[in-house]
Amino acid sequence: MSNHSLLKLLRRNGRSSDAELAERVSLSADEVRAQIAAWEADGTVLGYEAVVDSAKTGQAVVVGIIEVKLTPEREGGFDRLAARISKFDQVLSCYLMSGGYDLLIVVEGEDLMEVARFVSEKLSTMEGVLSTATHFRLKTYKENGFAFGGDEDPERLPVAP
Amino acid sequence: MDYPAKISRQVSAVPRSGIRDFFDLVQGRDEVISLGVGEPDYSAPWHIREAAIYSLERGHTSYTSNLGLMSLRRRIADYVGSFFGVQYDPSSEVLVTVGVSEALDLALRALINPGDEVVYHEPCYVSYMPGTVMAHGVPVPVATRKRDDFSLKPEALAGVLTPSSRVLILNFPTNPTGGIASGEDLAGIARLCVEHDLIVISDEIYSELRYDDEAHVSIASLPGMRERTILLHGFSKAFAMTGFRLGYACAPAPLLDAMMKIHQYSMLCAPVTSQAAALEALENGAASMERMRESYHERRDFVVRRLNGIGMECHSPGGAFYVFPDIRSFGLSSAEFAMGLLEAENVAAVPGDAFGASGEGFLRCCYATAFDQLKKALERIERYVGTLESP
Repeated sequence: MSNHSLLKLLRRNGRSSDAELAERVSLSADEVRAQIAAWEADGTVLGYEAVVDSAKTGQAVVVGIIEVKLTPEREGGFDRLAARISKFDQVLSCYLMSGGYDLLIVVEGEDLMEVARFVSEKLSTMEGVLSTATHFRLKTYKENGFAFGGDEDPERLPVAP
Repeated sequence: MDYPAKISRQVSAVPRSGIRDFFDLVQGRDEVISLGVGEPDYSAPWHIREAAIYSLERGHTSYTSNLGLMSLRRRIADYVGSFFGVQYDPSSEVLVTVGVSEALDLALRALINPGDEVVYHEPCYVSYMPGTVMAHGVPVPVATRKRDDFSLKPEALAGVLTPSSRVLILNFPTNPTGGIASGEDLAGIARLCVEHDLIVISDEIYSELRYDDEAHVSIASLPGMRERTILLHGFSKAFAMTGFRLGYACAPAPLLDAMMKIHQYSMLCAPVTSQAAALEALENGAASMERMRESYHERRDFVVRRLNGIGMECHSPGGAFYVFPDIRSFGLSSAEFAMGLLEAENVAAVPGDAFGASGEGFLRCCYATAFDQLKKALERIERYVGTLESP
């Protein structure tokens, strides 16, 4: 089993212990620990997070998905502006896109006002930002590969030839 | 009414399935971790299920050609050509069936005259013996051995062949052992088949589920073998489609015609919705199949390592999703061991003798079970084995 399999497992369940991962990829726990440490050191693995169904936490979270058009700069294109935008704590994700707009950013706030304020005060006033279009998330069905609500386990025979 | 007297001798001669008995025992219990299944722990990939739904939406609910949808047969011929390296004409040499089980039954009934001997390697899938008996054939098992990793040795095969031998059934990778045949063994077997003019029914349902980077070789691809081989394959295992019940047979037209004669009067055609799903599996299923295969591979390595660590010796099977550990050192029969394990630890694994007399002393454990369940099962097995070794 390769490092490729280890990375796949880690992506799917970052909470697995080194020993658990080791069992599944036929490496020793020490080898797994060393490989993960190397990935963390060289920036291949940037961090770990939990996928949370916020509807169940009792704490409201508002997620805005914002299309942003930018004026590219002569040197660096979109990179400098994208980096500036990414630095805000409210910004969870920021992608350069092909198509009708340039950046797609995902912003989280406690309420609608917080996201709106971020857009009107921080984002759209930034030099180089030409326009924004903000969409609010209504419901989550699937996130990062995890289905919300989940499927029932279909019934299987306990013994079969 | 004297019902037993009303049942045909052929059917009466077939004993009740050992798996059936074990199933009844497991059925009544809660919280059992089952290593007793013979199917993937996945549902069919969503795109395949979705194709079946779409086919229903469009109202495709009629019979198809007896042979199966032409579009599917073409795809099958292409797939078999590239995967097994054997070419078949989709219009006359491919038959879509209700699982490999139906195809096997058709082949046996098409080939056997009363008294003809059907040779197969054992331990083996549960239907080879009953299928032979019900087709009025004489079953001739050849035992395969742990020290050969359950491959069929040509010498062993040669030892059972007689002038009445007519058919050889092969199943590599094998249910229940996970065994595969080496290229050398397969070539030796092929030579014997030519020499003794045997027809081979080659059940290759597990052929995609191979590990250790060796490619699967079908006996049909060996010199002189295409003309005497009925190649059976299907969608159940590699595409996790057991409940769709879809398989196929590829064979020279005269052999396929004979099978078709039975199929058209008994089954008419395979279910059209399943055929639509199968078409999608062949067109777009390679990636999802590979994901499942990788996951079985990971679990195989884990289970083999753990079982050998516990003292339940087993070879690392080259294919399928079964391991077949040796339990003879514990002084119990397979059935006693499996019953004890079920009662003490609520883990179900099938006694090896359910797969023929030569399976006695072994246990079939299916590792197509969620990894955390598998882990728990092995902890329980270890605890159980601990109680056996203590005085």
